[in-house]
Amino acid sequence: MASDPVLRVEGLRTEFATGDGPPAVAVNDLSFEVNRGETLCIVGESGCGKSLTALSVLRLLPRPYGRIGAGRVLLEGRDLVQVSDPEIREVRGRAVSMIFQEPMTSLNPVLNIGRQIAETVMVHEGLPWQACTDRALEMLRQVRIPEPERRLHEYPHQLSGGMRQRVMIAMALACRPRVLLADEPTTALDVTIQAQILDLIRDLQRETGTAVLLITHDLGVVAEMADRVLVMYAGSKVEEGTAAEIFDAPTHPYTRGLMGAMPHLGGAHGGRLAEIPGVVPALNARPKGCSFAPRCSLATSRCHVEAPPLRSFAGSHTVACWEVGQGAAA
Amino acid sequence: MNAQIPVLEVRDLVKHYSVGGGFFGRGRKQLRAVDGVSFSIGQGETLGLVGESGCGKSTVGKAVLRLVEPTSGQVTLEGEDITSLGSAALLDRRKRMQVIFQDPYSSLNPRMTAGEIVQEPLINFGIGSRAEQRDRVALLFARVGLRPDQRANYPHEFSGGQRQRLGIARALALGPSVIIGDEPVSALDVSVQAQVINLMMDLQQEFGLSYLFVAHDLGVVEHISHRVAVMYLGKIVEIAARAALFETPRHPYTEALLAAVPVSHPRARRARTVLTGDVPSPINPPPGCRFHTRCPIAVARCRQEEPPLVVDASGHGVACHLRATTL
Ligand SMILES: Nc1ncnc2c1ncn2[C@@H]1O[C@H](COP(=O)(O)OP(=O)(O)OP(=O)(O)O)[C@@H](O)[C@H]1O
Ligand SMILES: Nc1ncnc2c1ncn2[C@@H]1O[C@H](COP(=O)(O)OP(=O)(O)OP(=O)(O)O)[C@@H](O)[C@H]1O
Ligand code: SF4
Ligand code: SF4
Ligand SMILES: [Mg+2]
Ligand SMILES: [Mg+2]
Repeated sequence: MASDPVLRVEGLRTEFATGDGPPAVAVNDLSFEVNRGETLCIVGESGCGKSLTALSVLRLLPRPYGRIGAGRVLLEGRDLVQVSDPEIREVRGRAVSMIFQEPMTSLNPVLNIGRQIAETVMVHEGLPWQACTDRALEMLRQVRIPEPERRLHEYPHQLSGGMRQRVMIAMALACRPRVLLADEPTTALDVTIQAQILDLIRDLQRETGTAVLLITHDLGVVAEMADRVLVMYAGSKVEEGTAAEIFDAPTHPYTRGLMGAMPHLGGAHGGRLAEIPGVVPALNARPKGCSFAPRCSLATSRCHVEAPPLRSFAGSHTVACWEVGQGAAA
Repeated sequence: MNAQIPVLEVRDLVKHYSVGGGFFGRGRKQLRAVDGVSFSIGQGETLGLVGESGCGKSTVGKAVLRLVEPTSGQVTLEGEDITSLGSAALLDRRKRMQVIFQDPYSSLNPRMTAGEIVQEPLINFGIGSRAEQRDRVALLFARVGLRPDQRANYPHEFSGGQRQRLGIARALALGPSVIIGDEPVSALDVSVQAQVINLMMDLQQEFGLSYLFVAHDLGVVEHISHRVAVMYLGKIVEIAARAALFETPRHPYTEALLAAVPVSHPRARRARTVLTGDVPSPINPPPGCRFHTRCPIAVARCRQEEPPLVVDASGHGVACHLRATTL
């Protein structure tokens, strides 16, 4: 695989300032890369820091308390953490675009969708207005919105959830970004529409070579889309590998728990699903040591005091656990 | 499980909503949310109900519970027709049939403690002394896996999975025979979802509960259901035992739905025919077979003639001109 990442995140720490105490760390020392034409999936339960990771890349953290505490976000070598505000605005929606978890919050309710897409194109490419509206129509067609000429003049509330999500995708892809950050792009949708949208992202990616960072908590979506998988728990990477490595040999107890808990078609039915007891700890209640220890059946006393480092396991497979993986319990 | 005795029977259930229109209701249209749905659920049995967003799943649940008045049709609970019961008698029958919603937060009173929330139905129905009620609440908390001290907490102090447990405890308070779950696990993370599904299956075993389980996740439905009904635009298009439905689906819509489910391993990725187009409007459903606008095998007849739901000897029902077994 080409080792020339379009996006490389190094040691990212995303935190929230609190009154006078130390900041609450939501994303902790996270590193990953995405290559051209590749899809990296980030998985993990609600509250693990997936959205904040994507928002950090574009410096769209919640104000006024969210901030990047450490790390670099290298887009083709340029550190987006350090660039000026006008420069990061230039990057957003052009070199890097994002599909947000909530489509309604990122569409303007009082502008028709044709105008919204055309304006995005206008801002980033400075084409004449007619060319921009032509592009908008072409994009709606590409995302397979039925009757695109009519839909251009409709407002977001007149569209179904699936169509709104497709409009979001049309806008995100209108400027042929080099990186697409897709945050749960299909979570609220029916499986049939989900399948359409995943196919669409894949087709467009094939045409444009866009590097895709796909965030989801659905392992089925990961199995469909991922070249590589990054499993996040409580703000940290706990396992990473190729899709085959992760699905053939899930290693971290958390990854194994997620896989066992998912009922899937054709699986054993009627029996009990594997449970992971408990829930993801809140930001202000992250345990020291391994943050998964309170829910882990393999935890030892060491796990409760010392956080396990990420270690290379086999091939590109890395795992952060004292008890499993190569050289474990050494 | 004794599927022979139907605990809940639904016949030709119809629910139309009047929508739109100007002053004095002129130009109002009928939205056919549920348009002739029939099924029955045996004791200790789970019927899964699936279909795309807006096809009428929640409306079926609400009309069965008479949280909305059905336009027509019949609902029989433990042998008694409850469709025309007055409100007092209906309220009494509610003891036997309870509901769990997707978002327990919006269905739990934020100003009541968790203990009060579970006790409330017992108070409303005047069941037992206060002391007995509190004992029952304690028992229910233990049974759904909540800690006794959590009785004093308010709903916002619970996680999503714990709130769903609370909703289940409340639904169980009166000892119902039927529980209607409207997407009860859809909002939960997979690990917590597994906890709640296991709990629901354990309780079914223990109390012989019958479930109508509405969900859009086919993996979850396959796991929990004994039989499954597939809805499209207000109608059941296929109904069958779980294995028959998932292994030998007959209706083209069921096939499309199953084909759209994400794979469970990257090596199982395949090119697939994805259903195109959106669900047509239930205000003007297509004539003939409602699925004909998206059906890959539709023939001329499908545009004129509506296919009836034909049930074969094994209980596998299909509404399709080309796929129903001829008797
Ligand atoms: N504005 C904020 N202020 C304080 N904490 C926040 C804020 N936004 C998010 N958090 C916390 O940061 C953590 C990570 O949040 P994030 O939104 O990245 O999770 P996620 O993995 O995307 O979850 P989900 O699957 O629910 O979208 C959570 O514990 C969340 O409560
Ligand atoms: N109170 C109402 N007034 C008018 N129309 C309604 C009302 N409630 C539901 N509908 C319509 O009835 C149809 C069926 O809705 P219902 O909520 O039963 O669908 P569903 O299958 O549960 O969908 P979802 O999967 O999105 O929950 C939809 O077209 C919906 O817009
Ligand atoms: S380090 Fe310890 S607690 Fe953490 S996942 Fe591994 S075994 Fe479990
Ligand atoms: S009746 Fe016709 S249109 Fe309807 S599902 Fe069967 S083949 Fe398709
Ligand atoms: Mg998120
Ligand atoms: Mg519903």
